[in-house]
Amino acid sequence: MAEVASSSPHRHWRKPPWIQNRWLRWGMVLGALVYLALAIGSVSVDSARIARGLERGGRMIAAFLQPDFVSRWDDIQIGVLESLTMTVVSTIAGVLLSVPIGLGAARNIAPTPIYLICRGIITVSRTFQEVVIAIVFVVMFGFGPLAGVCTLAFATIGFLAKLLAEDIEEIDPAPLEAIRATGAGWLKTITYAVMPQVSARLVGLSVYRFDINLRESAIVGIVGAGGIGSTLQATFNRYDYDVASAILIIIITLVMLTELISAQIRKRLQ
Amino acid sequence: MLRIEQLVKRYPTGDAALRGVSLTVSEGQVMALIGPSGAGKSTLIRCVNRLVEPTSGKIWLRDTEITALNQRQLRRIRRRIGMIFQEYALVERLSVMENILSGRLGYVNFWQSWFRRFPQSDIDQAFNLLERVGLSDFVDKRADELSGGQRQRVGIARALIQSPDLLLVDEPTASLDPKTSRQIMRLITELARERGLAVIINIHDVPLAQMFVQRIVGLRAGEIVYDGPPDGLTPERLSDIYGAEDWGASQTAVPEQEPLLTAQE
Repeated sequence: MAEVASSSPHRHWRKPPWIQNRWLRWGMVLGALVYLALAIGSVSVDSARIARGLERGGRMIAAFLQPDFVSRWDDIQIGVLESLTMTVVSTIAGVLLSVPIGLGAARNIAPTPIYLICRGIITVSRTFQEVVIAIVFVVMFGFGPLAGVCTLAFATIGFLAKLLAEDIEEIDPAPLEAIRATGAGWLKTITYAVMPQVSARLVGLSVYRFDINLRESAIVGIVGAGGIGSTLQATFNRYDYDVASAILIIIITLVMLTELISAQIRKRLQ
Repeated sequence: MLRIEQLVKRYPTGDAALRGVSLTVSEGQVMALIGPSGAGKSTLIRCVNRLVEPTSGKIWLRDTEITALNQRQLRRIRRRIGMIFQEYALVERLSVMENILSGRLGYVNFWQSWFRRFPQSDIDQAFNLLERVGLSDFVDKRADELSGGQRQRVGIARALIQSPDLLLVDEPTASLDPKTSRQIMRLITELARERGLAVIINIHDVPLAQMFVQRIVGLRAGEIVYDGPPDGLTPERLSDIYGAEDWGASQTAVPEQEPLLTAQE
């Protein structure tokens, strides 16, 4: 050790800067600050409006502190059941659609044309946020849970098929080769060499998606796609903040419960 | 029984892995294929069952020209060619029994394979093979619970349950300790003799090959540079295959040292 140090006792080292050119570096910092100042200036702040809003917000919070589960219990019950039904149906449909699309979107097992088509479907599904898709389906099928189910099933594809395809692309290729060498065809190769390697992950992801779909079912309801979200939207329109509060508490409880259960299931699968 | 004529494989990158290899393996012959890494050993045996598509050249298994088959016919002929792999290539999440029965996939229909409803004769055969390779107590163990040697025994059983005429063996001992390596080589050559199979074994460990096979073929840069009996591998011949090295020193070396430079990948 001593020998190494003795050759040159004081050699300086600094981490090389991220941007080499000093003028460019400081210029960019300055530019960002100027932009921030201008951006803040462009937002018109109406203090009178804020004051009114604060007052209204206060009333809302006060109402929220006294949730009313009773007066609209029937509506809430229908909404919750509808949301749960939407979640179950859309998750099952989504998983059933995602498996073939995921297989098709895995580069190592799918021929190029099928790969491109399946990747395309996944990209479309991932590009649009659930609310945007929900609006489209509401326009197509009218208000109600059908639009919600379609939305969530479609959104599930973007999530599940993509992650499944990525898992398949990372499988150990050796068993795949070995099963092909026995004279097995494509379908048998998939069931013996690919599915065993990804099935645990697939179940875990499906359970995870179930709890995402429950959360999303409340959101898509707000644009008219059925479920508890629609009930919630109605209470806001009527300024029934106490009922809204009850609904929110129910949603939070449900989401927490499913998250807990899905985390437990996924832990078991590891 | 296996005839290879002027086999050429050029990869899309332009690398020529095989430059016109011609080779005949007779019924029941056990042959070792040696040569440095990248000489084309793996490519050669994978061309035989067309896991790798040859660029040109012809391959016959008995009267069938493998290189002329369509996909459907190819799957049928693959049933007659068993393959054993370097890293065992088992499906780790499946049981020992499922891994062995997967050797019958070319014979059963899809629903039989999906529900694991294999014919009784297949199951009997699987139990017999399990006994033969010494794994009777491991039927429903998952493959990833086994040791390296045990996994390779499952790999051997999977290849044999195909009732093949030819065995292709790719570096069967590369991940095993010296003792297990010998046991596996002994098992493969014994089973081949019992069943009268022709075997091609890719192997890095030359002394191990010399111990168990009747014929050695040396491959260098995609061409055959040696074809003869194991004891014909003089230091000069080894230099032809692997390049210059002090072969005498390593061959008499104590076992703790590396047997050959090329025993490592």
